[in-house]
Amino acid sequence: MAMRKFTKWYQSGAPWVWLSAGAVSICLLMVFGILLLIVMRGMGYFWPGELVQLTYRDGAQETVLVGEFQEHEQVPAAQLRAAGIELPAEQKTVQRHLFKVGNRDVLGQDFRWLLDTHITAKHYPAELVVLERREWGNFYGYLKAIKRDGNVVAEGEAAYRELSGRLDGALKLHGEIRTIEKQQIGAINYSLERLRLDRRVLELEGEDTPEALAELEQERLALEERYKTLQTSLVTLYQESKHDGVVMQDANGQEKEILLSQVVRVYQPNAMSVIDKCRHYLTKVWEFVTDEPREANTEGGIFPAIFGTVVMVMIMTVFVTPLGVIAAVYLREYARQGALTRTVRIAVNNLAGVPSIVYGVFGLGFFVYFLGGSIDQLFFPEALPAPTFGTPGLLWSSLTLALLTLPVVIVATEEGLSRIPRSVREGSLALGATKAETLWRIVLPMASPALMTGLILAVARAAGEVAPLMLVGVVKLAPALPLDMNAPYLHLDRKLMHLGFHVFDVGFQSPNVEAARPLVYATALLLVVVIVVLNLLAIYIRNRLREKYRTLEG
Amino acid sequence: MTEKKTMTHGVNLEALGRSRKRLSLAEETRAIEVQDLALYYGAKQALMGINMLIPRHRVTAFIGPSGCGKSTLLRCFNRMNDLVEGVRITGRILLDDEDIHAKKVNVAELRRRVGMVFQKPNPFPKSIYENVAYGLRLQGVKDRRVLDDAVERALRGAALWDEVKDRLQENALGMSGGQQQRLVIARAIAVEPEVLLLDEPASALDPISTLKIEELIYELKDRYTILIVTHNMQQAARVSDYTAFMYLGELVEYADTDTLFTNPSQRQTEDYITGRYG
Repeated sequence: MAMRKFTKWYQSGAPWVWLSAGAVSICLLMVFGILLLIVMRGMGYFWPGELVQLTYRDGAQETVLVGEFQEHEQVPAAQLRAAGIELPAEQKTVQRHLFKVGNRDVLGQDFRWLLDTHITAKHYPAELVVLERREWGNFYGYLKAIKRDGNVVAEGEAAYRELSGRLDGALKLHGEIRTIEKQQIGAINYSLERLRLDRRVLELEGEDTPEALAELEQERLALEERYKTLQTSLVTLYQESKHDGVVMQDANGQEKEILLSQVVRVYQPNAMSVIDKCRHYLTKVWEFVTDEPREANTEGGIFPAIFGTVVMVMIMTVFVTPLGVIAAVYLREYARQGALTRTVRIAVNNLAGVPSIVYGVFGLGFFVYFLGGSIDQLFFPEALPAPTFGTPGLLWSSLTLALLTLPVVIVATEEGLSRIPRSVREGSLALGATKAETLWRIVLPMASPALMTGLILAVARAAGEVAPLMLVGVVKLAPALPLDMNAPYLHLDRKLMHLGFHVFDVGFQSPNVEAARPLVYATALLLVVVIVVLNLLAIYIRNRLREKYRTLEG
Repeated sequence: MTEKKTMTHGVNLEALGRSRKRLSLAEETRAIEVQDLALYYGAKQALMGINMLIPRHRVTAFIGPSGCGKSTLLRCFNRMNDLVEGVRITGRILLDDEDIHAKKVNVAELRRRVGMVFQKPNPFPKSIYENVAYGLRLQGVKDRRVLDDAVERALRGAALWDEVKDRLQENALGMSGGQQQRLVIARAIAVEPEVLLLDEPASALDPISTLKIEELIYELKDRYTILIVTHNMQQAARVSDYTAFMYLGELVEYADTDTLFTNPSQRQTEDYITGRYG
């Protein structure tokens, strides 16, 4: 009876519905699980954690620590006993905390593992201050006084109120200094370098007449002059920024004076309301997205990496679209269908399966050394032996990725071309259009949604690719963005930063892995967001095209 | 069923049929001459030595059972068969006494002179206006006013103007099947061809649309030489002046429509039009 029931159930097809639905749910669970993990870990990083002052007893010695809890884990007691730590006999596991103590310049390291059993007291004093610094990480402690040129301006309670105004001034000064250093002096240096190369060109071509050289020399002097004025104002600004300082007291009562020019942000997390914390959170997120990295990428923002990723993907799109489309058009429309085209098609499909590092090696050998080297010989002999294009850079990264994603675009475009009904092509031909005109005016526009699908896949693949880029253009810290105000504005020869590589670098190559770990999640989240945004853009365009070039029914 | 409906709606066509005067091939000026035309798909012969004269500004219908080669023959007139791989043609087709297969003939130019409308409406996924202007734009016409005039003239010619004049910029794929087919005809006559090839132009349409297309064909024949392939013998009888009956790639009988339908000289023709086979 039961057997018959089972057979009936089996024959009804219900098991297959359950099986396929189950497979879908598992896929969804995995995708959302990983997204959730990244979001939770990544987004939590910017929330101002509470500062704890605790007393820690290690053997006979008692120390006072200030900092924030980062992570918790359970450790078997036996393991700790084996390491020589005394614990109550009945305890099986002990909770262990990762505690961020900050003050790297004083303590030497900013993280400590603490055993829960050894913590004797915990306080959350509202006066505790976090000082975000440009170097050496956070400083945790009490604000004692504010000094100007060594003289105390404000003390105790009044000091914190006084601080915010002075910090604004210091930040403004810092901004001015950066503008001068990065943009104005940067532009002058760029021009000076150009002049040097111009001079070298003249020498190489044997046209270094005294008049020409004098002209260059004159330009150089003018630039030097401007440089000197900027330098003077820079010195003044630097001196001005050294006036203000704060006196901080750490957990052990030691006092330390810190220049305000070294400070990015000051806050008292324990005294902040939820609204204050939200505001702090948003500014931190904004800084993360728009600012440059500090301290070997473990602090500050990742704007150059976002920018690099997006620019590289876009340039790749510019390369891969025409190439892929033309190849697909030839394969589908012009080439005689036969054994050869079949072979080519199989080869193209297989290219998609080649490990990406292989593309990287090829890119380095062919693009960078061969093409780039030749370009340098031909067009930039004045800069040699320093390479211009003969070194990894944005152009070669984009080209390598274009090569990597070419099969996807070709296959998708071919698919689209094959789906254009014959009747529409004949309609165009019957009106006196040539094959090329039909292709250009009717077939390609109608196939454009399929092409966009290919591009979406290509963008998604390219934006997440890291391995080949490490060989052909990505660096840990690029000195300048590939896009700036100096002609020719887009510098294809520059190295770039990339979100994917940033994840690898910060997570695994950083000197301060503990501090950087949450940043890895935040960066990964941002990479996902960038890819999603690029994809949504492409999908939006595709849907518009689909609407426009709806194919005929049937 | 379909037939009856067409007949009840086809009042003026009936009248036309009655008032039709006797025609004779010998008295016509010829537009196209087919000489010993044979066509092979690879090793298979699809057309067997066709010889015929097609009169100017008349409607010539091709009838016959499926696979008899009538569409293949029609597609010879604008060299559409060039696109099919493995096709070989012998014999000649003279359009205004010039061989269309001659080396110096530009195929695109030929197709501009010999327009074609297909079985299923195939408008381009563009606006109504751009569909009609397509052929002119191919010829490099850019002047907006010239295009506007030509589009209006063609749409009026295809009896579509009143229905679409307020939505010329809308996508042509939003029109009904019958409207699409008339749009395709408008698109074909916009380039002012000499000959119009209609390959079963009404077979995918409902009876009312069919009727409109038939009326349209009648109006167009003053200005164009029309060749129509149809499965529907009543339709051939209604719209055509001359009818050619084909069977297994051969031209069995070719005469003016009245004679062919009322007094066929060949046994095969009679069997076919009386419905004994096909």
